[in-house]
Amino acid sequence: MPLETIMAGVMISALILYALLGGADYGGGVWDLFAFGKRAPAQRALIAQAIGPVWEANHVWLILVIVVLFTAFPPAFAAISTALHIPLTLLLIGIVLRGTTFTFRAHDAQRDDVQRRWSLLFSIASIITPVLLGIVLGANASGTIRVENGVVVSGFLKSWLAPFPFAVGFFALSLFAFLAAVYLTVEASQPELQEDFRMRALIAGFAVGILALIVFLLAGTGAPTVRAGISRSWWALALHLGTAVVAVGAFYTLWIRKYRVARICAAAQVTLILVGWALAQFPYLVEPDIIIYSAAAPRATLQLLIVALAAGVILLLPSYYYLFRIFKGGILITTPSVNSVEEYYDKERTRGD
Amino acid sequence: MNDLLAARSQMAMSLAFHIVFAAIGIAMPLLMIIAEWQWLRTKDEVYLALAKRWAKGTAILFAVGAVSGTVLSFELGLLWPGFMRYAGAIIGMPFSLEGFAFFTEAIFLGIYLYGWDRVPPRAHLFSGVMVAVSGALSGIFVVIANAWMNTPTGFHIVNGRPVDIDPFAAMMNPAAFAQTLHMTLAAYAATGFVVAGIHAFMLRRDSNNRFHKSALAIALTVGGVAAILQPLSGDLLAKMVAKNLPVKLAALEGQFATEKGAPLRIGGIPDEGAGVTRYAIQIPYGLSILAYNDPNATVKGLNDFPATEHPPVALVHISFQIMVACGLAMMGIAVWAAWRCWQARRKRTKAWLESRWFLRALVLAAPLGFIAIETGWVVTEVGRQPWIIYGVMKTAEAVTPVPGLVVPFITFTLLYIFLAATTVWLLLRQVAASPQAFGSDGQEVRLAA
Repeated sequence: MPLETIMAGVMISALILYALLGGADYGGGVWDLFAFGKRAPAQRALIAQAIGPVWEANHVWLILVIVVLFTAFPPAFAAISTALHIPLTLLLIGIVLRGTTFTFRAHDAQRDDVQRRWSLLFSIASIITPVLLGIVLGANASGTIRVENGVVVSGFLKSWLAPFPFAVGFFALSLFAFLAAVYLTVEASQPELQEDFRMRALIAGFAVGILALIVFLLAGTGAPTVRAGISRSWWALALHLGTAVVAVGAFYTLWIRKYRVARICAAAQVTLILVGWALAQFPYLVEPDIIIYSAAAPRATLQLLIVALAAGVILLLPSYYYLFRIFKGGILITTPSVNSVEEYYDKERTRGD
Repeated sequence: MNDLLAARSQMAMSLAFHIVFAAIGIAMPLLMIIAEWQWLRTKDEVYLALAKRWAKGTAILFAVGAVSGTVLSFELGLLWPGFMRYAGAIIGMPFSLEGFAFFTEAIFLGIYLYGWDRVPPRAHLFSGVMVAVSGALSGIFVVIANAWMNTPTGFHIVNGRPVDIDPFAAMMNPAAFAQTLHMTLAAYAATGFVVAGIHAFMLRRDSNNRFHKSALAIALTVGGVAAILQPLSGDLLAKMVAKNLPVKLAALEGQFATEKGAPLRIGGIPDEGAGVTRYAIQIPYGLSILAYNDPNATVKGLNDFPATEHPPVALVHISFQIMVACGLAMMGIAVWAAWRCWQARRKRTKAWLESRWFLRALVLAAPLGFIAIETGWVVTEVGRQPWIIYGVMKTAEAVTPVPGLVVPFITFTLLYIFLAATTVWLLLRQVAASPQAFGSDGQEVRLAA
């Protein structure tokens, strides 16, 4: 397999992991905003507990995508960050606000009204950021970013300020919210909380279906090449079938309350969607002017990078597994009964002291 | 404000902001694991309380550092796409390695912060060690990339394009060792002094508080050792600059004329129009000795280089003077602390902290390390101008064509002011909530609030 293809594979793998893990952390923020009813505080506490120890590690998958992109495909990184300067800047603001407000809320030494304001800011940032991420990916696939001799000639607005990228943005948001709700059904201890998130997962799953259809329809004019890839290639049918099977499977298992199976189905669904998109766009990094072969760094760089990535992953995965085993391995399943998320943090604090 | 200046300002502001959190992220885990190790060793609850308290502050600072670091990785492309297109293949490697180091750091920090009662004590301490090691490695990898911008190696230029790219040789560039050593020591010195200063401040009000005494001892040990070693790494770095970046050396020393047996200038204000540095205290032959170990060595002056390749001399020279002054003051205090410890040990007392003047000095010295870090980065970054890759690419060639860059500059400035204010405020709340006293059995005694 050519080194360029391997690097592209690494990037899409890291992006899938970011969606499955980091994406769900954003989804948690969405459900923090939409927590309601008498169990709202318990819902928020569960979300905080689920995200707290892992979000910073999950976030690094995005950094990995970026560093691999600029090391292995420098001209693509330069073109994307020029053409999509504005949505990327907004994305960064979202990332900054989501991370800091969550931490400020979690580690403040005192409990008062201030914490409530962090909650609001945290959940709003958790909603805006995935939309912007989707806009960036959608614009990239749309074929409207034009590059001549390494210079972006299509301006700084029209490639992303269009219906298709925004549809992809809301699609990404719905996927992340769906993932989070499904994961939380597994991580909740009380049956009532499981029911809360089961209902949310079903609603979000429905939204995923609607938005997937909208994205597909808009792609007809918004991203014709990618849509042609999705509709006509030999692998397309198999992928569609696979995605449909796991999507129905996720619904069914949620319905009959087999949450662990639902979690696998939901993760498989998101993975297949991203794989389908990546295959449809292959070998373009920026449709239609930059392909992986022409944008790739010299062999020496790619070889060294692959060695570093392999070594890094071998060192990293056991630690990452250990992190999840500690915090997700069944011990989490004691959602404290609390009257507010502030009270939850208060309890955590006294435990910590 | 033109777009190039706006882009440079945004990058400078982002770096100046991030570096504070990055330095703390390197050094703070070391302080935490020393405290935790002391707890495991002595079972003295004071150390456990200390490790936990420091961990809370670190959690906030690390999160701000993580997101502001993310901003920087994107800004490389958002502001300098020309640089990344040219250099990504050469110098992306240390950034990728930094990605893994940062990943390790984030994983084990999660375990450290949230795992106090979920993992065995030794596994917990091990997590802290991993955070400390990977934090230091993260910093080292990023500084290697910056060192390459000063002394680019690992490629040849043919028809204006880099060929024969060797990313490993790029990482082993001449500035890499001296710069990473200098920055890593700076992180420990600056953080150690800030933490020591905060606890010294609390001790001035509550002079028998064992919590603050133990904290001060650990922080000052780490900061003090680093501060005493720092001039050695500075000397190494100065000799590297003299050899590889003569125009930067001339700028930071305010050396306009080429001179045999050049003096070392302390203070002084460079006048770029007239080509002289006024009001400086001159130590004869000092610069020739420092740069080349030879009193009669010739030091090239700025006048030997075209004016278009001069960095802003006054800013670089004055920043350099401030950095050196802060570093020397910290070294002086570190030596004073060591002397007081030695005296106390000789007299078999533990009263090394019982001096109003000493505590006062520590409080005053608290910000010096970070002032030195900020001015030091002005020296290395502004001192490299007008180049983004020294001798290869001008900063103006690298900047993005996106118009209206003043808007993101102002946006990020406001965002960072907000974050800085919030962080300081939250940390003050942490300090205010610090334990007040420990009884003779080592248990915390909570005094009435």
